[in-house]
Amino acid sequence: MTIHRDDLGDKFGMWLFIFTELLLFGMLFVVYAVYRSMHPEAFRIAAEELDVALGTINTVLLLISSLTVAMSITAIQKGNKQRALQLLGVTLLIAIIFLVNKYFEWGAKFEYGFYPGSEVLQELGFGTILFFGLYFFMTGIHALHILIGIGLFIYVIVQMKNDKIHQTDYVWLENTGLYWHLVDLIWIFLFPLFYLIH
Amino acid sequence: MTDNTRQKQPSFLEYQGRYKGILGWILSTDHKRIGLLYLYTMLFFFSVAAILGILMKTQLLAPGETIMGPQTYNSFFTLHGIIMIFIIVVPGLPAVFGNFFLPIMIGAKDVAFPRLNLLSWWVYIIGILIVLTSQFTGGGPPDTGWTFYAPYSFQTPTNVLPAVFGAFVMGFSSILTGINFVVTIHRLRAPGMSWLKMPLFPWTLYGTAWIQILATPVIGITLLLIVAERMLGIGFFDPALGGDPILYQHLFWIYSHPAVYIMILPAMGVISEIIPVFSKKSIFGYRAIVLSTMAIAFVGYFVWGHHMFTSGMSGRALFTFSFLTFLVAIPSAIKVFNWVATMHKGSLHLHTPFFWAVSFLFVFMVGGLTGLVLGALATNVHLHDTHFVVAHFHFIVFGGTGFAFMGAIHYWFPKMFGRMYDAKWANLGWGIFFIGFLSLYLPMFYLGMMGMPRRYYDYLPEFHGPNILSSLGAWVMISGILIIFANLIRSARSGPRTSEKNPWGGKTLEWQVDTPPTLENYDEIPRVDETPYDYRDYTGIDNPNN
Amino acid sequence: MSEEKTHIVPYKTQIVVLIVLLILTALSVAVTQLEFGSYNTLVAMLLAGAKSVLVLAFFMHLKYEKKLFPVMVAAVMVIFLLVLFVTFFDYSYR
Repeated sequence: MTIHRDDLGDKFGMWLFIFTELLLFGMLFVVYAVYRSMHPEAFRIAAEELDVALGTINTVLLLISSLTVAMSITAIQKGNKQRALQLLGVTLLIAIIFLVNKYFEWGAKFEYGFYPGSEVLQELGFGTILFFGLYFFMTGIHALHILIGIGLFIYVIVQMKNDKIHQTDYVWLENTGLYWHLVDLIWIFLFPLFYLIH
Repeated sequence: MTDNTRQKQPSFLEYQGRYKGILGWILSTDHKRIGLLYLYTMLFFFSVAAILGILMKTQLLAPGETIMGPQTYNSFFTLHGIIMIFIIVVPGLPAVFGNFFLPIMIGAKDVAFPRLNLLSWWVYIIGILIVLTSQFTGGGPPDTGWTFYAPYSFQTPTNVLPAVFGAFVMGFSSILTGINFVVTIHRLRAPGMSWLKMPLFPWTLYGTAWIQILATPVIGITLLLIVAERMLGIGFFDPALGGDPILYQHLFWIYSHPAVYIMILPAMGVISEIIPVFSKKSIFGYRAIVLSTMAIAFVGYFVWGHHMFTSGMSGRALFTFSFLTFLVAIPSAIKVFNWVATMHKGSLHLHTPFFWAVSFLFVFMVGGLTGLVLGALATNVHLHDTHFVVAHFHFIVFGGTGFAFMGAIHYWFPKMFGRMYDAKWANLGWGIFFIGFLSLYLPMFYLGMMGMPRRYYDYLPEFHGPNILSSLGAWVMISGILIIFANLIRSARSGPRTSEKNPWGGKTLEWQVDTPPTLENYDEIPRVDETPYDYRDYTGIDNPNN
Repeated sequence: MSEEKTHIVPYKTQIVVLIVLLILTALSVAVTQLEFGSYNTLVAMLLAGAKSVLVLAFFMHLKYEKKLFPVMVAAVMVIFLLVLFVTFFDYSYR
């Protein structure tokens, strides 16, 4: 059997997978929209508990990491393996920093007793319970995707070091890049919806 | 098509790959073997769920507790629903016949991602195993019904979590199959096969695959929310924490209504294949069928609310969903007209697959028209959650998809196994099955109209008569199923061998490859320049071998 | 196998895109100081939408792919928005 290779087909498959992810998060946005329409005031007040500065830093970090992945594709297309690897390394580092930030952010919330099922929340009313439920669930699923992204980057870096991914065969890097941009896209919407309500 | 110089290659059934014996099957990336793996898995679980069904019907033979109590009955209909929906009909036709025949029918050697294809079978099996653990561990088998409605699904002490999580995992399998088929159809059609020269079964698989991609993630996240609700008390669907249980119903049906079209579209595809072949006539209105397929896939995405007419939605939503529901009936009806018009003045050949196809038309129409009764707001209020609904969706899901599945397996059986089934037994099985089917489900329409609710192990004495008829029908139908299965299994093992490439005189590509197909289906990818159902050259003389 | 020419996006384009993205981010934080009443969310969503179009077009190469890809993305977004819209037939009129 001849090895069948179809880079465009592979990218096509990745895009279809991205659609499933969009719909998956999309339904969470529907839940968000429904409950925010029911409790607009409570959502506004609850959002003030979130740290806008930390949220902005994470947004900027993810945007920069999107750039570095995109640039690493350009680098491998030009045959510059060393630069591609460096750029991927930077991306990986940013992904980890993002999670560290998230850890401190979540940790602070737990310290104040803002977590699903906590006693503090029970006293603050329905809107606040739902806001923090959504906040933890949506950023949690998003963080899970970051974690998967970290795994993918490690795999791609190893494959590139072993010259399995190179100038004429880099569809793995492209698809990982697409995945990472998706993670960025989701965050682009999560950020204003949770941090910037006023 | 005869080429005497060509060495006869071993068929995919005999082909010796890297692994021997059973490993050669469960680790094979051959789309045909994967299709058969799905087939065997489904036949096994169909038998399990059918036994559960027959036990429930036996319980309903008389009012009061006869062979099981309420809790057992609740867990039986839950497991029956989970197996039939998530394990059988949702993957159903695409996973078995789509896997087996999609690449052959579009002139490809395999699907676009063969390894992903195998992975999706494994994910499916893992999902099944997780679902099964719910039966034997924790607080006992779940009793929520397959819909897992909130808030009961996070309040019941029974073991809902594994069932929900298993269904979530099976969703991945469905998504992977969908992705695979869309890319296969876009990238691997034979040269010359433009979109409007593609056979109709692949077309319906294409529509189905898109729904699988766009709808399955919705159920994925919904089931995850149930998990979060049970484990973390996150409160999205819990009125005590401000959540809205009706939102669960929205999310659930945003997937589960399109899922009905995942079930029925490929069935329509199968029927569109069978009818022209046994009428020896070009399909009537090929483009209309293609367009209505895509229209159903699209509009079907926005009718979910008709499952929730009595839930307390706003009046405007009720009106909207009812209107959209009537809209989606139009393309389905167009197809029925197409099939009937195809048979009109055709040269009808009364073989088993044709019997299944014609009886499909009948039950599909009954199911479809009763669907409109339920889609109308006023009648729905009376019929909601009665046996009328049970009868309606069994006419569609079992009558539609099930009949098409039976038709498909008899139609393609010689190609898949290189053996022929015993036509007499097959026809007898069909007849008994059909009679049993009607006497099982028709009385339920009446019972529902009289007000007998669904999902109760008991009923009022005045409902006794029709229930006896219904339960007897269930036993007749099971006898039919036994005859059909016994005949097919015996024929697959020791029926008369055939290497006839085209026993029915079909025009689509799968009838031009070897019987059974070789590992790569084609030595050379064919060129396709004609429409798939051109019977203008039919002389009235059939192949003497048949 | 590759029938289409691979388009190499220059570093410079990508860096310019990032700068625009950062400006839009700064803008979306800054406008929280202003009051648009009920249009607050709309403004935030428009800015996020603009950012995502940039990411899709340049970082995800949609601008350079076959036409089919952007068409599919648009169709999926339309379906999602329709679902959201239809859901609010219930919640807006309860």
